[in-house]
Amino acid sequence: MNAELVSELEVPVQRTGRARFVAALGPLTALAGVVWAILQPYRVTLLHPRGQGFWWLFVEPPLLVIAVGLLFYFVVLPGLLEDLEGHRAAAR
Amino acid sequence: MQPPAEHVHWLFATGFLILGLCLLAEAVVGTEVWRRRAWRAYLWPGLAFTLGLFMWPVMVFFTSSTLHMLAHGAWAEVLMLAGAVELALVRGKLQSRWWSLATSAAFVISGAAFFVHEQNAWLYQRSAFLHHALGWTMLGAAVFPLARSFRPRSQAALAGFALTFVLVAVFLYSDRDTASIFGHISPQAGAPHR
Repeated sequence: MNAELVSELEVPVQRTGRARFVAALGPLTALAGVVWAILQPYRVTLLHPRGQGFWWLFVEPPLLVIAVGLLFYFVVLPGLLEDLEGHRAAAR
Repeated sequence: MQPPAEHVHWLFATGFLILGLCLLAEAVVGTEVWRRRAWRAYLWPGLAFTLGLFMWPVMVFFTSSTLHMLAHGAWAEVLMLAGAVELALVRGKLQSRWWSLATSAAFVISGAAFFVHEQNAWLYQRSAFLHHALGWTMLGAAVFPLARSFRPRSQAALAGFALTFVLVAVFLYSDRDTASIFGHISPQAGAPHR
């Protein structure tokens, strides 16, 4: 294998404090939703769906909080970290 | 098939939580990095404008009194105004940083609308408490967009602005149609939900 490629592969990703903070936002939000679901299971109607109407099954706050965390992590974060790294590299 | 009022509040809470997280991320990475992609630059003003649009059907279908209707109408107007002004600022159609005062005014009007349409005391029931808490939060948080007018690059002002939306989301998620607050509920409020 080309030694140059190996050295590139082995370079660990150095994240700044800002990158780590932003990367933690989504998981922390999702975790807050999980903790809420555990503390107030009656707010999650999927756990007892019998006899519930559409809106009670569709709008479940702890699950919405988890969804927001995941949405941020998988949709917003990757591009943002890329741009943050690009900005950092350009500033060097 | 209309959703119950509390479900509408929870859906708006979700919108505000997304908004809060994105604004918090912008505060941390800096506006320059955040606006490297156009869709991110337009996200906050676009979401604010969209939430304002959705507030109109809420005003029409979910308000039980004239005061409620006027308050929700005021929120629809100021959300759309703040969103439109911020859109124009991002697009470059408006140049003066003083246009950020429109968002500050929107916060003050929102806070006032909460106070005006809540007739009961803090501990009457949960929604009364939340109306008072939201009113004071919006009124106090008006200082953040105000600070951004003077110091547009201030990370502290942007972080405070972002956390305001997160706090508003928490309050809206806590809302129930009828529920106790810290163990208090007026007998006139009706039977509490679970």
